[in-house]
Amino acid sequence: MGAVVGTLTMQTKSRRLSRDKADDDLEMTVVCHRPEGLDQMEAQTNFSKRELQVLYRGFKNECPSGVVSEETFKQIYSKFFPHGDASAYAHYLFNAFDTGHTGSIKFEDFVTALSILLRGSVTEKLQWTFNLYDINRDGYINKEEMTDIVRAIYDMMGKYTYPVLKTDAPKQHVDAFFQKMDKNRDGVVTLDEFILSCQEDENIMRSLQLFENVI
Amino acid sequence: MAAGVATWLPFARAAAVGWLPLAKKTMPKPPVDNTSRSDEILYVNVSGVRFQTWKNTLDRYPDTLLGSSEKEFFFNEDTQEYFFDRDPEMFRHILNFYRTGKLHYPRHECIQAFDEELAFYGIVPEIIGDCCMEEYRDRKKENQERLAEDTEANESTDAPLPPHSTPRERLWRAFENPHTSTMALVFYYVTGFFIAVSVIANVVETVPCRPPKGKVKDLPCGEKYDLAFFCMDTACVLIFTFEYLMRLFAAPSRCKFMRSVMSVIDVVAIMPYYIGLVMPENEDVSGAFVTLRVFRVFRIFKFSRHSQGLRILGYTLKSCASELGFLLFSLTMAIIIFATVMFYAEKGTASSTFTSIPASFWYTIVTMTTLGYGDMVPSTIAGKIFGSICSLSGVLVIALPVPVIVSNFSRIYHQNQRADKMRAQQVCMHLCFQTHLDRDRDSDSTALCVKNRSAFEHQHHHLLHCLEKTTNHEFTDEMNYSELCMTESVGFRTSRSTSLSSQQGAQNNSTGCCPRRVRRRAAMRLANSTVSVSRGSVQELDTLQFKTTTIPHQTRSSLNAQPDNLKLNCGEQDFTAAIISIPTPPANTPDESLPPSPAPIPGILRNTQATAYTHESFKISSL
Repeated sequence: MGAVVGTLTMQTKSRRLSRDKADDDLEMTVVCHRPEGLDQMEAQTNFSKRELQVLYRGFKNECPSGVVSEETFKQIYSKFFPHGDASAYAHYLFNAFDTGHTGSIKFEDFVTALSILLRGSVTEKLQWTFNLYDINRDGYINKEEMTDIVRAIYDMMGKYTYPVLKTDAPKQHVDAFFQKMDKNRDGVVTLDEFILSCQEDENIMRSLQLFENVI
Repeated sequence: MAAGVATWLPFARAAAVGWLPLAKKTMPKPPVDNTSRSDEILYVNVSGVRFQTWKNTLDRYPDTLLGSSEKEFFFNEDTQEYFFDRDPEMFRHILNFYRTGKLHYPRHECIQAFDEELAFYGIVPEIIGDCCMEEYRDRKKENQERLAEDTEANESTDAPLPPHSTPRERLWRAFENPHTSTMALVFYYVTGFFIAVSVIANVVETVPCRPPKGKVKDLPCGEKYDLAFFCMDTACVLIFTFEYLMRLFAAPSRCKFMRSVMSVIDVVAIMPYYIGLVMPENEDVSGAFVTLRVFRVFRIFKFSRHSQGLRILGYTLKSCASELGFLLFSLTMAIIIFATVMFYAEKGTASSTFTSIPASFWYTIVTMTTLGYGDMVPSTIAGKIFGSICSLSGVLVIALPVPVIVSNFSRIYHQNQRADKMRAQQVCMHLCFQTHLDRDRDSDSTALCVKNRSAFEHQHHHLLHCLEKTTNHEFTDEMNYSELCMTESVGFRTSRSTSLSSQQGAQNNSTGCCPRRVRRRAAMRLANSTVSVSRGSVQELDTLQFKTTTIPHQTRSSLNAQPDNLKLNCGEQDFTAAIISIPTPPANTPDESLPPSPAPIPGILRNTQATAYTHESFKISSL
C-alpha cells in the first residue's frame, strides 16, 4: 500500500513549474528592438560596415531581444572579474552607456560608446570618461562622486590582494587624484580642468592609445 | 540567454578607458593579436551535407577539433571546404553547440553514437545543458550496465576451453560454470542437495518430538535423535569443507577469492561445527557455542550460487544502497522524535508501559510500520493524538523510497532476462562477441587536449593587468593573503622584489588562461639574522577551471553557460589548476645580499601551490 501511495505522489511531478515559467518567458520576449539602418550607423560612428556587422552579430547572438538590461549588463561584466564584486562599477558603466537614460542599452548606444572609446579622438575619450565619473551629470566631479567610483574599482579587485587592501586606500587615491586634477582648488573638477590635467600627463596620453586595436 | 563572454570582451576592454585617468602606474602593453580581423564563412561538408558558418563561431571553442588547427587536416583543397566523413544528423547538434553555447542531447539518437561523435569533435560531454543532462546520464548508466552484463556474459560463456589449460584452470571453470562438464553438474546438484538437507535439519531439530518413554516434557527432536542429526551435520560439513578447499585451490587469485562474499559465507557456514568439535563440553561455554550454531543458517545463502534471482536481489539492494540509507536515516529521525513525544505525553499516567524513551522506540517502530502489536498502547488523549500522527507519518516515510527501489529492481531484472535470452541466442548461432567496452570512453575524456593560448585569454589577462595597475594592488589567492596578513601583523619586514615584468611573460608562456596572478615574493628578512630566504618571485598563471576535466576550453563554454547550469555528473570533480611558473629575476631589491632565486624553486613552489589552487577553483566556480 505504501508503494501505491509512493508511486502516485511521484507521478504528479512538477507540471506546475513548467507552466509558470512559460508565462514568464512570454512576457519577457515582448520587448524587442531593432537598430536603425547600417548606413546611418556607419555615418554616425567611426566603424566600417564590416565592423558593425561583426559587432551586431555578436550582440544579437547574446541578446536576441535587442536590448541589454542593467541586470544582464552587471552579470556580463562580473564574468570578467571573478575575484571581486564588479556590480557597482558596472552600474556606473551602464549609466555612461545608456545616454538616453532609458534603463536599457540598445545596440546604437553600445556602438556609439564603443566608437568613442576605441576610435574617438583624445578629447572625446576624456569627455566620455568625465561623464562616467560625473555620476549626477551636473558638469562637476566632486569628491563624493570620485570616491564612489574609486571604491567601485577597488571592489573589483576583491578581498585577496597584495598588498593588503586598506580601508582608506580609495580615499587616498581620490585625494591624490584631486591633487593632480583640481587646478583651482575649489573642491570640484570641471571638464576643462580634467582634460587639461590629463593632457599634461604623459602616461595617460600614452595609455589612451592602448585599446585602439580591440576590434 | 547565454551570455557569450568572448563577444563582450571588446566592450569590457573598451570600458577600461574609464580607469586610465585614475591609474597610478603605467598600463601594460596590449597583447599582439596576429589573427586576421576579417570574418569569413567556412564551408563544412559532412558526408555530403554542406554546412556553412562563420569562422568566429567555430573559434569560440579553441580546444575542440573545429576550433583549433586540427580541422586543417580535413581541408579539401579541390573543393575548398572541410570534409568530415561522419554522421550529418549528429553534426547538426555539434554545430548548434558552437552557435548557441549549449550542447543538447537528441533523445532519438543512440547514446554510444552520440558519445563517439563528441569524442571525435573533441567536446566533453559534461557541458551538456541542464535540459538534456538527466536524460543523457540515465541513458549512459543504462548502457554501461548493459555492457557490464554483456562482458559478464562474455566471460561466463560456454566457449571451448583454451587448449593448454592446467587441471587447476579446468577445475575453476567447472566450479564457475557447472554446465560445462557432467562431473561439474553432478557436483553442483549434490552440493545443492546437501545445502537443502542441512538447512532442513537445522529447522527440524528444534521441533518438539514426542518424549521418550518415562519422560513427560516434550523434547526437541535434535536432542532425541541427536546422534542422527550429528551424523547428518558432519556429512554436510564435510562436503562443504571439501568444496571450499577445492575452490580455494582452483581460484586464480586466492586473495581475491577469500575476500569475495560467497567464500565468506562458506566459511561462516562451516566454522561453528569445527568450533563445536574443539570446544569442551562444559556448561559455561556451551551457551556461547549455541549462539554460534545460529550461523549455520547462513548456509541458506549458499543457494545464491544456484539461483540467479537471489543474486539479482542482492545486486539491487547494493545499487539502492543510498536510497536505503536515506530511508533508514529518516526513519531513525522520526522514531526518536515520536518516541520522545510519546514518552512525555504518557509520563503522567500511573500504569504506563512507556517506561523510558528507549522503551517508546518499540512502540514507535511498531506503529510506524503499521504492525500494531498492541503490547504498548497510549492511554492519555495527548498520547492518542500523537500516536495517530505517528502512524500516519509512518506510512508516508516508508512509502517514499520504495518506488525507487522497485524501479531499480525491475530494471535490473529485465536486463537479466535480456541477458539470458541473448545467451541462448549465442549458443545457437555461435557468434563471437567483441568487447564493447571501450574503457577509454568510460573514463575521463578522450577529447583533445590542445592547449591553445587563445587570443581571448591574452586579452582577458591584459584587462586584469590593467586593473591591477590602476589600483596599484595585485590579485592574489586566499593562502597568500592569509600569509601576508600574518606577516604584517607579526611585523617582519618583507622586502619585495619589485619585478615588474612588463613583457608580461606573454611570449614566455606556452599555455594558460584567464589569469590569477600570484606573486610570491615573501622574501622575509628576519631582523636579527642575516639569513634571508628569497623565494624568488614567480609569476604564475592559473587556468580558470570550472568543474570539468583538464580541457581549458571549458572556461569558455562554462562562462557561456548560465551560472547555475554547471553541474557535475557522477560526482567526479576533476579540479586541475594548470600552473605555469615563470621565474622572474628579483630585481631592484634594496638589499643586495639576497641570493638570486635558483631555477628549481619555482618548480617547488608550483607543486606546493597546486593544492592551494583547489580553493581558487572553488571560488571561481561560484560564478
